[in-house]
Amino acid sequence: MSSHALHIRRWRIAIALTAAVAAIYFGFILLIAYRKDVMATLLVPGLTVGILLGALVIVLSWWLTWVYVRWANRHFDAGLASLGTEDQ
Amino acid sequence: MTALPRLVVAIARTTVAAVAGAPAPLEAQAAATGVPATAIGEPNPVAMAFFFLFIAVTLGITWWAARRTRTAEQFYAAGRTVTAGQNGWALAGDYMSAASFLGIAGLVATSGFDGLIYSTGWLVGWPVVLFLIAEPLRNLGKYTFADVVAVRLRQTPVRLAAAFGTLSTITFYLIAQMVGAGTLIKLMFGLSYEVAIVIVGAAMIAYVLFGGMLATTWVQIVKAALLLGGAALLALLVLVRFGMNPLALFAAASDRLGPAVLAPGKLVSNPLDTISLGLALMFGTAGLPHILMRFYTVPDAQAARKSVFIATGLIGFFYLLTFILGFGAMVFVGPDAIRAVDKGGNMAAPLLAEFLGGTPFLGFIAAVAFATILAVVAGLTLSGAAALSHDLWTNVVRKGEAGPQAELRVARVSSLILGVVAVILGITFKGQNVAFMVGLAFAIAASANFPAIVLSIFWRRCTTAGAVASMLAGAFGALLLICLSPVIQVDVLHHAAAWFPLRNPGVVTIPGAFLVGVAISLLTRDERALASWDGAVHDMVVGRTAR
Repeated sequence: MSSHALHIRRWRIAIALTAAVAAIYFGFILLIAYRKDVMATLLVPGLTVGILLGALVIVLSWWLTWVYVRWANRHFDAGLASLGTEDQ
Repeated sequence: MTALPRLVVAIARTTVAAVAGAPAPLEAQAAATGVPATAIGEPNPVAMAFFFLFIAVTLGITWWAARRTRTAEQFYAAGRTVTAGQNGWALAGDYMSAASFLGIAGLVATSGFDGLIYSTGWLVGWPVVLFLIAEPLRNLGKYTFADVVAVRLRQTPVRLAAAFGTLSTITFYLIAQMVGAGTLIKLMFGLSYEVAIVIVGAAMIAYVLFGGMLATTWVQIVKAALLLGGAALLALLVLVRFGMNPLALFAAASDRLGPAVLAPGKLVSNPLDTISLGLALMFGTAGLPHILMRFYTVPDAQAARKSVFIATGLIGFFYLLTFILGFGAMVFVGPDAIRAVDKGGNMAAPLLAEFLGGTPFLGFIAAVAFATILAVVAGLTLSGAAALSHDLWTNVVRKGEAGPQAELRVARVSSLILGVVAVILGITFKGQNVAFMVGLAFAIAASANFPAIVLSIFWRRCTTAGAVASMLAGAFGALLLICLSPVIQVDVLHHAAAWFPLRNPGVVTIPGAFLVGVAISLLTRDERALASWDGAVHDMVVGRTAR
């Protein structure tokens, strides 16, 4: 694999994950803006849908960084290592 | 088997009942006298002791670091010896400002759920930093983000535009932090505003001037540990009273102040405004010069990658804690008592600390808040100095021909100048409403810096003219629209209406800067940029230094 192919693979992953983070966050904001009734629904005493989703936005954002790091450690770095051997 | 859960439920019930039934002492006193009984504003020996301990430890670190700061690379990038774990903590330290600790806790304590919109917004920029910026930046650049934009493009125009974007971001961020520091210290220690600003300025100049990036990194790490430790301890003291169950705390808040505190309220009256702020927070983080500069301190792209994962975890944990601190302050101190001390609600966390741990714990939290501001201004000053010396002096004035020792000398002079400017700005803006300036800094970072970085590293056809136009359009567009927006027209100038309806310009200026960059690039040709694309992609993937 060339460094170009590797660059394009990472670009695709990066764009997909950025879109995922944006969808999660702006989904949350749009629910706050347009579906206040849903966000105010009480699941159990003390926990509304809004608070649960707010905490989930934080946890999911971190989880997505873990997804990327795992992909990069396994696949990108492996591609990088094979690149080094091809050069020689 | 069932004894333990039952016990927990029983404790939770009794504490909820106790909290909901009994009047909160501070609130009751506030109702009687108008002002709650608090040691805030009086000289606090514990706060002083902790604060001077922090100064002593960090100056010790600076002395240690100064002996390891002899070259420009050591000054700007700590010799690229910082580990992924250390950089993760330092990134968290650089990012978690007093605004997030005091401001968000106060917002949650006084308006409930609406404050949480900020907790989430401040975090979602970090995944973007990781996916799009961290590794290419580390592989392509040396000290500043302008290094990366300028890789394929003509140095002088790119460096000038990038330095403008950097310095305007830094200046607005610095003003907000310095004014915040002066106000906070006056409120907490009873020192005069000017004395507080001078102390902050002197300590910050000492760290940066003598210890460079190595000292700044360790100041950030110490501060991040203190802030996370202090916030976690405070949250723990709150949760102990609710059988370690956050839901019992939220239920108590809802019992005392009505179920509306757990649901969206008035803050989101204009959805487009919230989306605009969200865009600025999300893409602004990836354009903050002092954050981007940190990626040059680690040995390679792998370490840069890991450090963002660690930083995101720490920052996410901290913002989850703000849920507990905010609702804890709402239940134990009460929104009215918090507003009686400070209209903006900024004293919610310190008041909560005083209620739960008395004056000594208040002193500790006050010192942590002070240390927080000090560390953030040090990081800002260092990245501003890098823009002045590395981008403007070395690469524009000397056309890249400066010797490393000369560059180090200019970097030190620049940090001294910036430190003095920060003190002057802090005193100049005393008593002004500067709350909008952090939002403005993020809007400029997201509009001027982020689109140019992305276009220059990911788009082959990007030209010098395109990148420069994008940076200038983003910077001036954000500045102009802020001046025309309600934050200046209504809040500062007290006009009845504003020409531009949104409080944050991000939704216009971020896509606008991308569009300008793309359009001007397509209208111009840059043979050098096209010819160097293959080499730049290789460097971006493999790294510029041989592996």
